[in-house]
Amino acid sequence: MDMTVAKKKLGLKERYAVMTRGLDWTPSYQKMEDIYPYIAYEGIKIHDWDKWEDPFRLTMDAYWKYQAEKERKLYSVLDAFTQNNGHLNVTDARYLNTVKLFLSGISPLEYVAHRGFAHAGRQFPGPGPRVACLMQSLDEIRHAQTQVHAVSNYNKYYNGMHDFHHAHDRVWFLSVPKSFFDDAITAGPFEFMVSIGFSFEYVLTNLLFVPFVSGAAYNGDMAAMTFGFSAQSDEARHMTLGLEVIKFILEQDPDNVPIVQRWIDKWTWRGYRVLTLVAMMMDYMLPKRTMSWKESWEIYFEENGGALFKDLARYGIKMPQCAEQIALEKDHLSHQAWSTFYNYAAAANFHTWMPDEDEMEWLSAKYPNSFDKLYRPRYEFWREQAAKGNRFYNKTLPMLCQTCQIPMIFTEPGDPTKICYREVDYKGDKYHFCSDHCKAIFEHEPEKYVQAWLPVHQIYQGNCFPEGTDPTVEGFDPLAAVLKYYNLEHGRDNLDFDVSEDKKNFAEWRGQATKNI
Amino acid sequence: MSTVFLALQTNEETRPIIEAILQDNPSAVVDEQPAMVKINADGRLVVRRQTIEELTGRDYDLQELQVNMITMSGNLDQTDDEITLFWKA
Amino acid sequence: MAVAAVSKYEFAPADTQDKFHGAQLLYIGWEDHLLFCAPFAFPFPATMRFGDVVAGPMQAAFGYHPDFAQIDWAKAEWFKSGKPFSPDFDKSLAENGLKHKDVIRFRTPGLTGIKGSCS
Ligand SMILES: [Fe+2]
Ligand SMILES: [Fe+2]
Repeated sequence: MDMTVAKKKLGLKERYAVMTRGLDWTPSYQKMEDIYPYIAYEGIKIHDWDKWEDPFRLTMDAYWKYQAEKERKLYSVLDAFTQNNGHLNVTDARYLNTVKLFLSGISPLEYVAHRGFAHAGRQFPGPGPRVACLMQSLDEIRHAQTQVHAVSNYNKYYNGMHDFHHAHDRVWFLSVPKSFFDDAITAGPFEFMVSIGFSFEYVLTNLLFVPFVSGAAYNGDMAAMTFGFSAQSDEARHMTLGLEVIKFILEQDPDNVPIVQRWIDKWTWRGYRVLTLVAMMMDYMLPKRTMSWKESWEIYFEENGGALFKDLARYGIKMPQCAEQIALEKDHLSHQAWSTFYNYAAAANFHTWMPDEDEMEWLSAKYPNSFDKLYRPRYEFWREQAAKGNRFYNKTLPMLCQTCQIPMIFTEPGDPTKICYREVDYKGDKYHFCSDHCKAIFEHEPEKYVQAWLPVHQIYQGNCFPEGTDPTVEGFDPLAAVLKYYNLEHGRDNLDFDVSEDKKNFAEWRGQATKNI
Repeated sequence: MSTVFLALQTNEETRPIIEAILQDNPSAVVDEQPAMVKINADGRLVVRRQTIEELTGRDYDLQELQVNMITMSGNLDQTDDEITLFWKA
Repeated sequence: MAVAAVSKYEFAPADTQDKFHGAQLLYIGWEDHLLFCAPFAFPFPATMRFGDVVAGPMQAAFGYHPDFAQIDWAKAEWFKSGKPFSPDFDKSLAENGLKHKDVIRFRTPGLTGIKGSCS
């Protein structure tokens, strides 16, 4: 690889100053508040924008060079993957459901992140954060595009991926990641930076990408591993941006501290709730597991996040309170989530299944306090019923949390046998929540969350059927109409893995690849 | 002191870099995971350009590390000669 | 607290009763039976008899569980928003004081799910 750099005339620090602040100017005939109209209303006070500096000191010229190198590497691997029928090298066809979940749940967020950073960057009067946001905005659209390219190779062979973006905007559980990001981009630029830049990128991203990417590597998925690593190589810079932004805001004015603390509390919880999907992916959807959700939470949040909040204590920032509840949930989260998708397998864009005996053993070893007592009996019952041709498909719609939009599946902190119910009366209507934290988020900004597009309520309002559907006709089948609206085909894209075309095809193709027929 | 870490892709380009990091940071511990290497250190970790250049026998620009980095933890500072990860508390 | 905004921030709530074509939402959860991952959401007319909710939609939604057929409804304990509640099976939802988006749960003493696991 050719990476030699022409002898620099300036050192890194000088070059960075010249290529950021050196390119900025002070407007003479327009007022600052007209150019940057969104910078004051959140209550954040900034006195000196020049105090912000990217510790990598990356400038746009170097940015293009290294990003081009990353793309060259990525696309040569993707070519090799396609030429070599790489899709048949994954551990087993169940793994593909991880890819479906990722493509419909996460890739569209990359695109929204691109828009979000472009918008936030435009609003900041400081050239340092503006350049860093510009780079991240470009990174994020690269992530969206390379993920779509990489996964398109799977889409040629397997079901459920054909219209992922359409699904993202409609399918019930995808409203969870979608509304999370919509909440962030509809906030002001400072809250956006704390929500996505800091809480998501710095505090939580290791829990999303590292398990996903090393899981892909471990399960023979070269395509996902490669786009994952390529995206992840931008991540260190994003994390650094997130951390620097927070330190910068906190150092600028003591009045900023309580505002930032509230945002950290809110967005750590919001992000954690979205990671419910990752928890079940790690414990159930990877045929070869890297580590359990609980272990990864302990390493990446408790240990690493603990170090971070200890470091931020000098500004008066505390570990978010929700960490206590999360610690109580770590023995249960992935099991409660997988049960949910097993319940609603008829309405999802990927397949679910019951773990086999070896996998049950792994789960009980990783979760000695909870699995055998609470979840194994449930799974054994479901497995027996499925063997008798009575596989459980829950056809009644669940109650959702108004804030995180996840069905009310979470149990009381400290009592995993009782569903946690919380409610608020607001302007004559009732609103329900999965937790004290989702309730507190609503109570702080009820006007925002009363507008939530809750999939279950939207279905009952008649807004989730194809145009021209008459739900009053005899024998109307709402699930069939909703699946049509999702552009999913019943019996092909949904239901149990055992009865799927994916399973049948994969076995057949792999057989052809290893025999002379 | 809290742990800082740097995770790199496992490949030919990072092999001498990891070696350099281990040489320069006595407290560094390597944790090998599928397709990636995580290097943990106590409170502080330095990547030095000069050590990498000695090991590879060519000029090295620390910004090249952008291509192979996966994740990290800690505050960061980068100059022409060093990348430092550190916690202040 | 109000939303921090650059101008007036007022939007209509998405789920008021007038949007449900004559129905109101009722959420129903069965304690100690987490085989059903979450409480259910149902759209019912306010005039629907409570006993008909139990015999019809609840039977359809919860009937998969072997415990459901064992329920002695005379012994069932009901809660509305977490507080004890005594529904009259012969009266309508409205007459039982149930409004749009109310949540009720029931406990069935002696029935604690698959092998007592609260599933
Ligand atoms: Fe990204
Ligand atoms: Fe919630």
